[in-house]
Amino acid sequence: MAPFPLALTDIFTKFGVYLIYGLIGFSFGYVLEISGFGYSPKLAAQFYFKDLTVLKVMFTAIIVAMVLIFGATAVGLLDYNLIYVNTTYLWPGILGGLIMGVGFIVGGFCPGTSLVAVSTFKIDGILFSLGVLFGIFTFGETVSLFEDFWHSSYMGRLTVQDWLGLPAGIVVVLVVLMALFMFWGGEQLERIIGKRDLKVEPRIRFAGAGALLVLALVVAFIGQPTNADRWNGIAAEKNAQLEERQVQIHPGELLTLMHDRSLNLLMLDVRPEADYNLFHIENARQVDPGEAVSMVSDLHMEAANTVIVVMSNDETTATESWKTLVAESLPNVYILEGGINNWLATFASLEDSLQPISAAGDEDLRYHFSAALGDAYPAADPDPEHYELEFVPKVQLQTKRGPSSGGCG
Amino acid sequence: MSTISEIPNQGRPSSLKRSFALPKILTRRETKPYVHPYLGGTLLGIVLFLAFFITGNGLGASGGLNRILVYVEDRIAPDHIDQVPYLITMAGGELNPLDNWIVPLVAGTLIGGFVAGWMHGRLKVETGKGPNISTRSRWLFAFIGGSFMGFGARMARGCTSGQALSGGATLSLGSWAFMFAVFGGAYALAYFVRKLWN
Repeated sequence: MAPFPLALTDIFTKFGVYLIYGLIGFSFGYVLEISGFGYSPKLAAQFYFKDLTVLKVMFTAIIVAMVLIFGATAVGLLDYNLIYVNTTYLWPGILGGLIMGVGFIVGGFCPGTSLVAVSTFKIDGILFSLGVLFGIFTFGETVSLFEDFWHSSYMGRLTVQDWLGLPAGIVVVLVVLMALFMFWGGEQLERIIGKRDLKVEPRIRFAGAGALLVLALVVAFIGQPTNADRWNGIAAEKNAQLEERQVQIHPGELLTLMHDRSLNLLMLDVRPEADYNLFHIENARQVDPGEAVSMVSDLHMEAANTVIVVMSNDETTATESWKTLVAESLPNVYILEGGINNWLATFASLEDSLQPISAAGDEDLRYHFSAALGDAYPAADPDPEHYELEFVPKVQLQTKRGPSSGGCG
Repeated sequence: MSTISEIPNQGRPSSLKRSFALPKILTRRETKPYVHPYLGGTLLGIVLFLAFFITGNGLGASGGLNRILVYVEDRIAPDHIDQVPYLITMAGGELNPLDNWIVPLVAGTLIGGFVAGWMHGRLKVETGKGPNISTRSRWLFAFIGGSFMGFGARMARGCTSGQALSGGATLSLGSWAFMFAVFGGAYALAYFVRKLWN
């Protein structure tokens, strides 16, 4: 499994974790300042095409970080599932962006750069920051008036590569090319409008651009790890868990989990829809095993107290889906021991409308149903008071690796 | 790489004057030019990558300011906090709004900016502005612009750092749409406020 990002809270004390964030912040502030981002006329010049420092610094930073991130994920050092990718709320994002554009040209900073202006004693930066606080305050007090809009057009963790349907590496190359084209255009504007002599610009920038493009092509050539690649990386360890039956939980334990209010239980029923319609456990979601991978980004955004239990009629299909999910670094995934057949054997013995049939093979339902009642059978939601089952509890909540909250905290 | 950092044409206009004296220890260093934008961008990209690589989180700023503000609000009117859903998630009950990774990150940003400014002789009490606007007007517009920025940043769930840089590098679709909106909004208005800067 990819060693990065680190499970910070497991390795360091809280003080240590915050020290790391403090050091990252220090480097951030330092670099912003030496790039001239603490000085508003330099930032505003961007919008009169005289000095495109903002564009150059921002897009250089984005493409350098992007190539490094996707390079690290391509070689299996970094787990893309475990880094925070801003979720998309399309229209609130666009409207907020337009408002910020207005704030940028009127005020001369953005929130990050105004911090650096404050720490170098720029009075306009201090007033801008006070304005930011006032704007944030106003938002907090008024958001209830447009709450519906603010939560609208939610698309989850949607990435450019998902949207375009292209491999991530290809998108990386395209973004680098786009940025280089913008740099070229920006320099032409500086020459024409800002009357800048491009001959004094360091020639090493061409070498840098070339190196970055080559690196992006290498990233595209290696490709991002597939689900199978990811499984192969952890197969030895995880197969041992399967064989020692550490992740197959007894129906009695699942029943306990269903009634444990401190947990966020997600039951994924990977059987065919026909079987699901005949009978399923209450609140279980029917999932096509082939589509498990596409659910991964949503599952990663579930709360830290989430436990996922996969079930099929027996265990074979559920185990395959378990492997898919575990390979994508989801924590706290378990399999229902013996599947729905075992569940029914445990909880349906008193029901006349459910009769066992003997001739079924692996992953067939071994019960005959008088009607397709789904979760309307009493066995779909057994009363835990009625059963005294003995089992070894196996669920142990693991801390989530990666960010607990992203974006701007 | 030293050739990169010595670019002419990057000095600051003479319209700025010092109006308040800082202690000598802060200002005695000679003012040095800014680094070349591509070098600054590369360094910023490496910092951004390391943030993701080590912690899984990107960079941010407005979220930290938000939490500092909510902390103050919680001190003054804790009952009010517990009535507004947006604020409850940060400071409801005994929850300390400052207990979040973004807060040390913002504190570090302030210190980092200060140290860089000190080392390069750029600590000065001054107001950055265009040549045709009075200092007081500039202050007023800075506050107004900041208000728009703060409001918009919360609307968009992140600022230039937390959305554009972090989301841009991880290829979030919404962040790219956001980024073009920011530039679009600023360019659309730039002509009408040109007196502020030119």
